[in-house]
Amino acid sequence: MTAPPLARPARRVRLPALGTAPRPRGSWARRAPLLPALVFLVVVTQLPFLGTLVISFMRWNALEPDRRAFGGLDNYKAAFTDPDLRSSIVTTVVLTAAVVLVSLFLGLGLALLLDRKFLGRGIVRTMLIAPFLVVPVASALLWKHALYNASYGFLNGSLNWLWQLFGSDSAPQPDWMTSNPLIAVEVSLIWQWTPFMMLILLAGLQSRPPDIVEAARVDGASRGQIFRHLTFPHLRRYLELAALLGSIYVVQNFDAVFTLTSGGLGTANLPYTVYATFFQAHDYGQASAEGVIVVACTMVVATFALRTVSSLFREETR
Amino acid sequence: MTSIRGTVRRGAWGIAAWACGLFFFLPFGWMVLTSLHSEPDAATNPPSVGAPLTLQGYREFFGAGTGTSPWPPLVNSLTASLVSTALVLALAIPAAYALSIKPVRKWTDVLFFFLSTKMLPAVAGLLPVYLIAKNAGLLDNIWLLVVLYTSMNLPIAVWMMRSFLAEVPVEILEAASIDGAGLPTVLIRIVGPVAAPGIAATALISFIFSWNELLFARVLTGVVAGTAPVFLTGFVTSQGLFLAKVCAAAVCVSLPVLVAGFAAQDKLVQGLSLGAVK
Repeated sequence: MTAPPLARPARRVRLPALGTAPRPRGSWARRAPLLPALVFLVVVTQLPFLGTLVISFMRWNALEPDRRAFGGLDNYKAAFTDPDLRSSIVTTVVLTAAVVLVSLFLGLGLALLLDRKFLGRGIVRTMLIAPFLVVPVASALLWKHALYNASYGFLNGSLNWLWQLFGSDSAPQPDWMTSNPLIAVEVSLIWQWTPFMMLILLAGLQSRPPDIVEAARVDGASRGQIFRHLTFPHLRRYLELAALLGSIYVVQNFDAVFTLTSGGLGTANLPYTVYATFFQAHDYGQASAEGVIVVACTMVVATFALRTVSSLFREETR
Repeated sequence: MTSIRGTVRRGAWGIAAWACGLFFFLPFGWMVLTSLHSEPDAATNPPSVGAPLTLQGYREFFGAGTGTSPWPPLVNSLTASLVSTALVLALAIPAAYALSIKPVRKWTDVLFFFLSTKMLPAVAGLLPVYLIAKNAGLLDNIWLLVVLYTSMNLPIAVWMMRSFLAEVPVEILEAASIDGAGLPTVLIRIVGPVAAPGIAATALISFIFSWNELLFARVLTGVVAGTAPVFLTGFVTSQGLFLAKVCAAAVCVSLPVLVAGFAAQDKLVQGLSLGAVK
């Protein structure tokens, strides 16, 4: 997958030494430091994907190694007619959209709160970052066992405590993960990704030129007007960036689905389905076809992401 | 009057922020508190918040009673994260140099090529990597993870390093080379000091992502080279009274990331946004 030609070299910020046309030898000396990284990345990331592409057209199940053959589009047909895969595409879209939108919204709220000065702002900021710094598997385990568990989890425990406070013994004790499995996965991910959104948006808010806001305030602009006409337009780029980078990470999420529900109860997203087809069904051909489909889906998001990053980038180098 | 109203408003603002902060912190705090309770106290309903504290959960995580030590996976994780981070820096810094200080032609295209590889989902190359590793006898080998983690973090690192190296003032570089300073001198005396915070930020992000990674480690390692997240998947199915132990495990495995992340909060933002946010 190569970069779409989005980036126009903005402006040559750093021109080489005065007026010398780049000679062939000099230009290779220039390229040399770039080559190890470039070659390494092509070999380790692009070549395996080509392999996936090739295997996706083959009939290849590890349990029947003798029947390996060219299969044409069979794997793709099988993948698209497989109801499990279709539902996992829907799950991926729902999961990603819900997590990114809710955490973006919450992150914006928190960033606006933290943009003001108040007592202990540093402590609050540190507390808010904590969820993002818990290892994803550990966070999923925490939610699964310590919070969602129906008999001794913190959520039901708190409900019981609240009800007992008012003298009732019949607190509702829902089984969070079986009654709403997808929402359970989403909430745990929102908890982890809100700090990410908050950090980027807070950086955006704080890069807002203070003198313009001050001038608007002096000219009698109301708080709402300042937000609508100054803060929000400035923040739009950062909102886009946070949403798109978040999407790229959440689309690929494997840890939470694997740990919380093991892909059961309609929570299997595409990465988990590919993993299961590969690891449990040993159908290499179909797993590869599914992998290619994941890449195709990601490319749609990635194109937008690249465009956003490149517009931020152009602004920076201008 | 205005000042009183202002003080009240600021106070209310602070209380709201504190309430939100505590609400988000609650699951984290609960994790730490539960890890310090005894197993029977950890599993009561309603929760026993004020139960006596004990390190029993941590003792059990470190193998008391069961004999399974978490040290091999922790050491594996540390090896994979530290070595891949070193490799990432070794590859990314020269590349970033060629993209910022002495830019090659079409450097923005190269830069965006790096970024686009980051958007290739991990599952896309999983199977061929598995097959090659299997045939080459590299399954369950920590060095395979080192290579994969390096490729996973390299694009981010190139982007970050480029944005930091772009801050090196060109005039000084030119002046130095006119004065006859050689390339090594320029790198060590001028580029190095400016780039040092950027190198730290890049290393931090690379370390965190390597440490957290599960999918590759789960598929490509087993008993010998399993990393800490793979070790944690042993707690996925419930095992009776084990809540304190799970929470202790979660705290211990997250500790390096927590320490590194809290220590360098600002660097975190730059890294997560691929250096796009300063």
